[in-house]
Amino acid sequence: TARRLCSTSHSSVDPAEVKKFQLLAHKWWDEEGEYSALHSMNDIRVPFIRDTLLSMSSNYQLGSPLAGVKVLDVGCGGGLLSEPLGRLGASVTGIDPLEDNIRTADQHKSFDPVLAKRIQYKSSSLEEIVEESMETFDVIVASEVVEHVADLEMFIKCCSQVLKPEGSLFITTINKTQLSYVLGIVVAEKLLGIVPDGTHEWERFVPPEELESLLESNGFSVKAVQGMLYNPLWGSWSWVGSRSINYAVHAVKPRAQGQHSPAAALPELGAEQPSATGTAV
Amino acid sequence: TSALMAVACGRRLLVPFGGRLWAGRRGPLRSVASAAPLYDVVVSGGGMVGSAMAAVLGHDSHFQDKKIALLEAGPRKEYDCMPDSYSNRVSSISPGSATLLSSFGAWDHVCSLRMKPFRRMQVWDACSEAMIVFEKDDLDDMGYIVENDVIMSALTKQLDAVADRVEVFYGSRAVGYTWPLPSPSCDASPWVQIELADGRRLQTKLLIGADGHNSVVRKEAEIKNIEHQYDQSAVVATLHLSEATDNNVAWQRFLPTGPIALLPLSDTASSLVWSTSHEHASELLAIDEESFVDSINSAFWSNVNHSDFIDTAGAMFRSALSLLKPSGTAVRQLPPSIAEVEPESRAMFPLGMGHATEYVQHRLALIGDAAHRVHPLAGQGVNLGFGDIACLAHHLRAASFNGSDLGSLKHLLKFETERQRHNVSLIAATDMLKRLYSTKLTPLVLLRTWGLQATNALPPVKEQIMAFASK
Repeated sequence: TARRLCSTSHSSVDPAEVKKFQLLAHKWWDEEGEYSALHSMNDIRVPFIRDTLLSMSSNYQLGSPLAGVKVLDVGCGGGLLSEPLGRLGASVTGIDPLEDNIRTADQHKSFDPVLAKRIQYKSSSLEEIVEESMETFDVIVASEVVEHVADLEMFIKCCSQVLKPEGSLFITTINKTQLSYVLGIVVAEKLLGIVPDGTHEWERFVPPEELESLLESNGFSVKAVQGMLYNPLWGSWSWVGSRSINYAVHAVKPRAQGQHSPAAALPELGAEQPSATGTAV
Repeated sequence: TSALMAVACGRRLLVPFGGRLWAGRRGPLRSVASAAPLYDVVVSGGGMVGSAMAAVLGHDSHFQDKKIALLEAGPRKEYDCMPDSYSNRVSSISPGSATLLSSFGAWDHVCSLRMKPFRRMQVWDACSEAMIVFEKDDLDDMGYIVENDVIMSALTKQLDAVADRVEVFYGSRAVGYTWPLPSPSCDASPWVQIELADGRRLQTKLLIGADGHNSVVRKEAEIKNIEHQYDQSAVVATLHLSEATDNNVAWQRFLPTGPIALLPLSDTASSLVWSTSHEHASELLAIDEESFVDSINSAFWSNVNHSDFIDTAGAMFRSALSLLKPSGTAVRQLPPSIAEVEPESRAMFPLGMGHATEYVQHRLALIGDAAHRVHPLAGQGVNLGFGDIACLAHHLRAASFNGSDLGSLKHLLKFETERQRHNVSLIAATDMLKRLYSTKLTPLVLLRTWGLQATNALPPVKEQIMAFASK
């Protein structure tokens, strides 16, 4: 048997973490329910991903700005982030170890024929798809996931394997500080119920320095680290200078070794629309 | 469990969205594989506001991959050639509305057909000498008088230009709407279902109700509407002036029975909008053309409602003002006199005010008269609708560029807040003016006389009013 870098016997999926989400598998799409903070996070994380990708591309159409981009949404849950990316034109593959989540995600996208075609969901861990998906994706998104994985280094290695050269990796997660314990666990979970109780374990939080060094040592080039803050009064997120609680990271996989031509990281956005209608404005 | 789910779907839900009630007919357990075509946006109502909304979306590159439909109950009207005589239904278009219309190429069509810019607005009282004049410092156009048919012609042309993106259904009256539950928890379709009179069905992610002040969409959504029928009707007609003039002033005089307005159409013609009691309105339609013309001239020129007391009080106030403002107030101009009325152009329609308590619900937005109805004395009716369009299009554009579900309440509420803030003040002010000027009672006449004179002497206040009204 070939020795793979990521073997399924040593997985990044922690069964105890997965179990936490089992009970809430049906609640993903209630915008006012347990996952309301994740719904409103779309207001900043989708523009962050979109604008970063557009700034690296030379032309795109306003109607489907991410057309032609292949995205992997790791830990997609009910598809809260997959759907907006799909609406922007991207071809999205969403994976999640919990079957119930995938079921919810599949059911929700099924009513929209455009999304149903653009998004594919699979109940799987990252390691399980590595073999068939080497260097397949232009973009990987791991939002609110790395604080739940068992082996972060292996997770990052697998990301690197399925990402095309010069592809982008987007991560949002929570810092490990006193402040993130007080606000992220005590206030958010125990007091205000912004996050379902028991979702997070402070021990698992990842400081940005550690994440950065893990990324760099695995070949990634970290382009941006930006702090995020949730305002429970308005239920809205904003970008802030401090990374003490939540933060987002954009990293790029280097160009393939031995290649000299500065090929663009992404295909010409808008060039591969199978059903392009109207003229580009 | 399926029985439980049926109960859950059929039950009305109270959602803590500021106490907003999810009313209206909820979808029964419907199979997912329904053949009704799915649109991203359906606009119900093909009048000036509905057509413009569909055209704005159709011409916006953010929506180039979206499916948009416009439902109009009436037949398609051809506007290929304008008749020589002017139509009696005209609108005062503000500069803000003109900007919106030019953003998708409709204003060019309007200009090439016909419209009349005006530079000055003179408003005065019948019970006193008080007067207020609005004009821009640089003598720029304050607004434009355009026939409604001309606007519709321009809109139809621009809709035809994007026929590949916007499907217009003529002769299609919507007879029923079925609203989805806010959070999908069962097998029911999450989209709005629309049933047409001929049995066809459509589904949409966002329904925009632009079907006028008796909006069916609003009624079906069970949105409460604060409404009030004024005991007034408006008489409209096309008038010919006694002599050709540089007809670039809009005139309005407040009679105790209601305001009478003369809106310029050309150097020799003007449009009449006379709001008065129902009985007087019927009388005006019944009398012969010569007497009709006499009534109009008399309404503008006669001073029969003046009283010495008010005249003296007004004169005193004016001298007091001129002490503070030596430059004085603008010179009073005299409106043109009318020679004849265009035959067959007299018509009347009842007036009222209305305001929907909510402009939006999950997957629903109301614009134009469906959301708000106002007295014509401020010349704002259609401009409020165009303002709604600009605001809603802005928020939908942002939502689309964020990959959001177009029917999501989050951005629809932003539209509602922005527009209600603007519209409520204008509707309240218009209603208050209407009531204030509907009386001959001396204290109120005195109040409004001094108020008008004072406002006329304060350029900053007038500028604020003009800025607010020209959005």
